[in-house]
Amino acid sequence: MVDITPRSLSTFQLQLRRFAQNRLAMISVALLALIAASCFFGPFAFPFTGEDADFDFIGAPIDLASPHPFGTDDFGRDLLLRVLEGGRISLAIGFLGAITAGFIGVLYGAVAGYAGGRTDRLMMRMVEILYGFPYVILVILLSLLFGGGNVALFAAIVFTLWLTPAVIVRAQAQSLSKREFVEAARAGGMTPWQIVLEHIVPNCASVVIVYGSLLVPEVILSESFLSFLGIGIKEPQASWGNLIQTGTAAMDTDLRLLLLPGILLALVLFCLNFIADGLRDAFDPNDR
Amino acid sequence: MAELYTVSDLHLSLPDMTRKPLLGAAPRLEILKGLSFTIPSGEILGIVGGSGSGKSTLGRALIRLLEPTAGSISFAGLDITHLPESRLRPLRCRFQMIFQDPMSSLNPRQQVAQIIAGPLGVQGLDHSPARIADALDQVGLPRSFAQRYPHELSGGQRQRIGIARAIALKPEFILADEIVSGLDVSSQAQILNLLAGLVKDLGMTLAFISHDLSVIRRLCTRVLVLQHGRIVENAATEQVFNYPQAEYTRELLGSIPLPDPDQAWL
Repeated sequence: MVDITPRSLSTFQLQLRRFAQNRLAMISVALLALIAASCFFGPFAFPFTGEDADFDFIGAPIDLASPHPFGTDDFGRDLLLRVLEGGRISLAIGFLGAITAGFIGVLYGAVAGYAGGRTDRLMMRMVEILYGFPYVILVILLSLLFGGGNVALFAAIVFTLWLTPAVIVRAQAQSLSKREFVEAARAGGMTPWQIVLEHIVPNCASVVIVYGSLLVPEVILSESFLSFLGIGIKEPQASWGNLIQTGTAAMDTDLRLLLLPGILLALVLFCLNFIADGLRDAFDPNDR
Repeated sequence: MAELYTVSDLHLSLPDMTRKPLLGAAPRLEILKGLSFTIPSGEILGIVGGSGSGKSTLGRALIRLLEPTAGSISFAGLDITHLPESRLRPLRCRFQMIFQDPMSSLNPRQQVAQIIAGPLGVQGLDHSPARIADALDQVGLPRSFAQRYPHELSGGQRQRIGIARAIALKPEFILADEIVSGLDVSSQAQILNLLAGLVKDLGMTLAFISHDLSVIRRLCTRVLVLQHGRIVENAATEQVFNYPQAEYTRELLGSIPLPDPDQAWL
């Protein structure tokens, strides 16, 4: 006998399917994947590194026939290669930062929201205190603490960005903990941790995915912002932020140094925002 | 018949958050005001009362989802009144609950098989696919439902899953809190017949909370009538329906809609 029952789809699978029908979002996914792949694998195709100065080509203009198709900067370093290497750092910090901040925020918020009462009040007051901390001063303090560099930047970004997901998930967890299936889990003898991990967190998935997709561009932007100010990624290591900063310094004479990293950053942010938009359309429970 | 539950002078109050002052504790609202009764094993006890009479609170105290403020509850000779959660956990498979709203009593992200297996796994009981199939058989659902998600099921089917989840643990006591109030009339009858059959076959004790007296009359052997957190009547079903003692019970009985309207009215 042929089994004619259709395969059961979870809400998650249905939502993914709806996302896949959003053309703009799918184009953004493809473009973003292309940019990410060229940033991560592209630099291997060059016979030199982004820190090698080529003294025959200092400040060379765009010339597709030369070994430096997009020219070089004032030190004779290949611009395209530096932009790709900078993208590596910016994208890595963006995604890792968003995932870490999201992870911490989701757990914290789910615990606070499910526990309720005094625990909840204590945990959320702490979040509010941290919200009040001036961001730039915090980054400077942390870079003093970690001796500057990527770790300090990463820590500072995660430290400030886990707060909002915590607040969002806490609100969701609060309403979920009043649903009867949570009571049923309690009646079945589940421990609070099991309930948080098996019943609360999975049901926050929609909110988390939507917010997380907005978090990635936020992290990339703040990395660029801090590197632009000079307290993020330091020369000679490239990032989109410090590349744009050197670009602005030379913008009166040579726009190219600003445009290449600037356009790539803008493209990535556009893609991420379109993806976030598509995810919200597909996952937002208010539509159903 | 041995007593499964002995409840004496049960009090329960909850903080009234609507009148909480800015600082300090919220005033406590007394919901159960000294209830004493017993449930012999094998009995089907109906608990009725209007909105806010404390019937759901009483139910949740019986299976210790709420902790009483005073008085005592003993289950099968064990005092469970103030037992901490860690000591209650191994007991939980002995008293289970079926919930009111079949929409919200099943986790929307879990397949039926996971929903039924959840408590079984926690209690360290067999939760193999064969056991799940068994549980589905018992509530009259096809085995293929194991892979479905709650949003693919109708209200009646969901309520059957809720029943399967509770009875899979083979509890001695089941609390059914308004389990048919969210269903249409024909599913109501099916669910009630199913539950009555299961209770009889498995020899369980059942407490059935409802505001629908015709349902209580069909199902229950004894009726507990609650008003404002107090017991106003506790007697065999026939007696309550034929010779109601309390004024409040007569009021409730008078509010049952008759299936056969007055001929003269037509």
